[in-house]
Amino acid sequence: MTAHMLALQEAAHSIPVVDPTSASGVFSLLWLVIALPLAGAAVLLLGGRATDRWGHLLGTALPIGSFVLSLVMFLQLLGRDSADRQVSQHVYQWMQVGHLDVGMDLLYDPLSALFLLLITGVGSLIHVYSIGYMEHDPRRRRFFGYLNLFVAAMLMLVMSENYLGLFLGWEGVGLASYLLIGFWQHKPSAAAAAKKAFVINRVGDIGMSLAIMLFFVTFGSTSFTVISANADGASEATLTVLGLLLLLGACGKSAQVPLQAWLLDAMEGPTPVSALIHAATMVTAGVYLIVRSNFIFDLAPNAQTAVVVVAVVTLLWGAIIGCAKDDIKKVLAGSTMSQIGYMMLGAGLGVAGYAFAIFHLLTHGFFKANMFLGAGSVMHGMDDDVDMRHYGLLHKAMPVTFLTFTMGYLAIIGFPGFSGFWSKDKIIETALADNWLVGLCALLGAGVTGFYMTRLMLLTFFTDKRWEKGVHPHESPKIMTIPLIVLAALSVLGGVMLLNDWIVDFLAPVVGTPVHEDPPLPALAITAIAVAVVAVGVALAWFLVGKRDVPRTAPQDVSFVTRAARNDLYGDAINDGLVVDPGRHLVGGLLAVDRYGVDGALTGGPVAIGAVAGQLRRVQNGFVRSYALSLLGGVLLVVLALLAVNLA
Amino acid sequence: MNQFPWLTVLALVPLVGAAAVAFVPKARGAALPKQLALAVSVVTLAVAVAIAAQYDTGGGMQLTEDHDWISAFGVHYALGVDGLGLLLILLTVVLVPVVIVGSWHDADDRNPAAFFGWALALESFSLMVFSATDVFLFYVFFEATLIPAYFLIGGFGRAGRAMAALKFLMYQLGGGLIMLASVIGLYVVSAQEGTPSYLLSDLSQLDMGTSAERWLFAGFFIAFAVKAPLFPLHTWLADTTERATPGTSVLLVCVLDKIGTFGMLRFCLGLFPNASQWATPVVVTLALISIVYGALIAIGQDDILRLIGLTSLSHFGFITLGIFAFSSQGASGSILYMVNHGIGTAALFLLAGYLIKRRGTSLISGITGVEKSAPVLAGLFLVAGLATLGLPGLSQFVSEILVLISAFDYHWWVGTVAVSGIVLAAVYVLWMYQRTMTGPGVPGVADTPDLNRREVGAIAPLVLGLVLFGFYPMPLLDVSNPTVDALLQHVGVSDQAPVVPAAGDDSAEEGQQ
Amino acid sequence: MSVTPYIVLSSILFTIGCVGVLTRRNAIVVFMCVELMLNASNLALVAFARQHGNLDGQIAAFFVMVVAAAEVVVGLAIIMTIFRTRRSASVDDASLLKY
Repeated sequence: MTAHMLALQEAAHSIPVVDPTSASGVFSLLWLVIALPLAGAAVLLLGGRATDRWGHLLGTALPIGSFVLSLVMFLQLLGRDSADRQVSQHVYQWMQVGHLDVGMDLLYDPLSALFLLLITGVGSLIHVYSIGYMEHDPRRRRFFGYLNLFVAAMLMLVMSENYLGLFLGWEGVGLASYLLIGFWQHKPSAAAAAKKAFVINRVGDIGMSLAIMLFFVTFGSTSFTVISANADGASEATLTVLGLLLLLGACGKSAQVPLQAWLLDAMEGPTPVSALIHAATMVTAGVYLIVRSNFIFDLAPNAQTAVVVVAVVTLLWGAIIGCAKDDIKKVLAGSTMSQIGYMMLGAGLGVAGYAFAIFHLLTHGFFKANMFLGAGSVMHGMDDDVDMRHYGLLHKAMPVTFLTFTMGYLAIIGFPGFSGFWSKDKIIETALADNWLVGLCALLGAGVTGFYMTRLMLLTFFTDKRWEKGVHPHESPKIMTIPLIVLAALSVLGGVMLLNDWIVDFLAPVVGTPVHEDPPLPALAITAIAVAVVAVGVALAWFLVGKRDVPRTAPQDVSFVTRAARNDLYGDAINDGLVVDPGRHLVGGLLAVDRYGVDGALTGGPVAIGAVAGQLRRVQNGFVRSYALSLLGGVLLVVLALLAVNLA
Repeated sequence: MNQFPWLTVLALVPLVGAAAVAFVPKARGAALPKQLALAVSVVTLAVAVAIAAQYDTGGGMQLTEDHDWISAFGVHYALGVDGLGLLLILLTVVLVPVVIVGSWHDADDRNPAAFFGWALALESFSLMVFSATDVFLFYVFFEATLIPAYFLIGGFGRAGRAMAALKFLMYQLGGGLIMLASVIGLYVVSAQEGTPSYLLSDLSQLDMGTSAERWLFAGFFIAFAVKAPLFPLHTWLADTTERATPGTSVLLVCVLDKIGTFGMLRFCLGLFPNASQWATPVVVTLALISIVYGALIAIGQDDILRLIGLTSLSHFGFITLGIFAFSSQGASGSILYMVNHGIGTAALFLLAGYLIKRRGTSLISGITGVEKSAPVLAGLFLVAGLATLGLPGLSQFVSEILVLISAFDYHWWVGTVAVSGIVLAAVYVLWMYQRTMTGPGVPGVADTPDLNRREVGAIAPLVLGLVLFGFYPMPLLDVSNPTVDALLQHVGVSDQAPVVPAAGDDSAEEGQQ
Repeated sequence: MSVTPYIVLSSILFTIGCVGVLTRRNAIVVFMCVELMLNASNLALVAFARQHGNLDGQIAAFFVMVVAAAEVVVGLAIIMTIFRTRRSASVDDASLLKY
């Protein structure tokens, strides 16, 4: 037995098993957390115009109800012994055929507990914000219906006890995302973006579906409980394939390379949607999936390597795109892609990184939601213009938005003390301990983040006024700024979760206890280097953007790199060239094959008979004497035949 | 045997109703035949519900009737239902009133009495097909369904329908003829064994030689593959759905075509288990081609009705795949798929019909921006479309994942190829939705009126079914599972055990509590 | 007695009739040629009957005569009608009954 396999076996023993106890007490209300927003969606979407007047209030109250419930349960969970923090509830039997037995089972453990708080907490704030943001939209009720549907589906995703239930939530959030990206579907660009998001996600779903099938074939179940208990019995090849399939699913949902192309287009949706779905929650579902499947990935080191590779490529890819965009939402989208890359990196690093991935996911949920809502507030004041080249010097016109946005900015670039500093630093540190190249890439990404976020800040709130004529920037109403203030506070204080390694210990029953590994440098030195790299990025932005005049239209004589970044690094071109265009030709070819080949072959028989008959009937020409001649010919033939038979 | 002949009554009600509808005097107005037809279909539904109420899920073939018909050939008038038959009977009796309400005005410019009369006749014959337990009786009604179908296609719909009806008839008759050869062959084999009998229960015990079994299987299978349809016997489908009225297409694709897959389960597997297993590689290949090919050419269509017709090719591929994967998930999934596909596709066809009526064209390139003025129509269309693409939470997902699991269990690459269908389905559904429903609307085109109450009323039960069976398919599975278990036992296969058996069974139990 | 001369005569008559049917256009002449062929075969039948010494051939000849008489009645009537409507008795003109 090689040392490697020994190490693997050792790892197998330390992998925690999902082994929940039956829900009781307040936990027996687990189903209600999902049911509340689901009921809201049903009432708002089926209720029609009758609910127009109060629909948005109901739609906001229900997620808040879920949040209160989640909070109560979270406190209850904290009161329990750390070994006893897994609770499950069997709601009803979903399907049962042969030995396939799938229940609507919910699982509440530290991991889902944190997600519940994030989804319902940030979700509720965004609902409140949307009351103001969507005030003048005639279809506001429907917007809230879709948002509630999203919250319900996202909760299902993180609370399911089996992969099939997870897939239900997975597709539910995809549907909500589709509906909300295309909310203004009279705009062709929005409708196209919605379809693109759904279809690319479906490519990822191939991975999810195949993983579910392979789970069933291998373990005879899709339940986390069963699979985690038996994972070490499966061959490493199977586990690696499972890991790669799950990664494919995660890539689709979390906009990781190579399935990243939909996220930038998804910014066509209303801004609260971008904040909730395409920044704070849904796009992080891929990270959740990998952390939740830790019992697979811990046993499949090759799959983990694949996760790390995808993560590193994406974190740089997103960051580079973010540098070149002039659309404020697209910069933030590129940034989201890049930050999720960090989370994936954490998740790909195994036991050492899971907790930090979730930690970064939470802090990112705070500061990115904060910044997206801030961007929405800016757009609100600028007549829905998204081009940063038309902004400038807004810090005076929108002081609250500016201040809250600054908190988010400092958090994302990792300014010491802010939440993003703690979470990103931990991931970089762990990455360096694992592999210096990966660590360096993560460091580089942090520097680029400093650059593009500073550029965004400067273009939006500083430099000089470049406003369009007739635009009068103004601060947003209180109903929009209060959520901003709360989120800004969370962006600043999110780091407290790392006090005494609280989050690591809290998640340990789910993801395992990390074995402490010494990084190649002292932790403090790494932190110092990271801060220095970010400072370089910030300074670069200051000299390249802040010190120069900003043209109102983007200059066209730019380097190849800039042009590539503006075109999303040719992600769409690659998709078109590799998939869409060949697909289009294939469909065109098949249509011809169907028409002339398949249909032709089957209807060809009758057609041929018809053609032959058409020629043969010419013999029937109406001339009696030619009939007589053929009669004579026939008689002669018969006579000859008789003679031949008789003489032979 | 002496009990009330429920199944005969079930089939007779719509048949008598059809005659009554057809002979209503014209002077009584155009509404009377429709109202009468609706009443008859509702009574049929009630009879079917009464049958379902006394059905015992674990009880095998039930409500049997058996009378000698042609004793020289061993032909019986024998009826009975099992789980498979019951679900399809229920599907039929639900869809017919829906179609009648949904296409209330579709035949107004021709002869409404004839349209609704033929529809009821089709219902009656289909019910006989689903409840026949005698192969000869089955064959008679299998062919009899073509008569009303031919007149429904050829008599009502758009230009070119006569040609489409002829093509339909030729394909079906061709398939039926091949089946007739096998039906006669069955008699020969059965007579060699002693007294000839066409009863399913007798024939399934028959010990035929290997080559005889294969030939007879081929005859039945080809007929069912035309009906279902499978690649490459599908080209009648698109032409027919394009030309016929949407109501006719619902009856054809959602009820009549199910006879094909129903027959594969009941007759191919039931009578020729060994030959079915022998033919599996070929059938699975054809099913896979149907899934991918049907979806790809659906993407390229510009006619909505044609597109929906071709999506069914893909779905019938899934159903066939599940049947020939020989596992309980596959067979149960297929039965469920038949029901769910019936519900979902019926909704799509009817909604497309509403849309075409409002915009005057069936070309996708000619319709845009419907959502703006008709949000209910667009919303329902989206729900039905999402069901078609297998979105979890809507009923087709359950059946699709069951079939996919069984396909993967059969062989990993079969599952892998089949799963590509879910991406293609997303492309054809959402692209169609994007082109027709979204967008700014066309200036100059009058606002599209939204659905009225009658139209929503026809769709509502279907959408309700899609959501209900998406979240809670157990009522259907409880009916289909015992039938499937019995069938697989007869075929002589059992589900594969998982590669890694649960180490501690206790923990597995706990997870499900 | 040898039947050869009768058979030779019968063959010659039949050939004349045959060539007439194939080459002449006048319906009456074609008709006459058909009659010629029938009578040629009658002659052959009677000759062979004589050679075999039984009556089978003669009976067959009677049948042919009866059929020929019936044919003349119907055929001439048809030719007359055609001639009346089209002012022509050419068989090539009456070629409407075709594909």
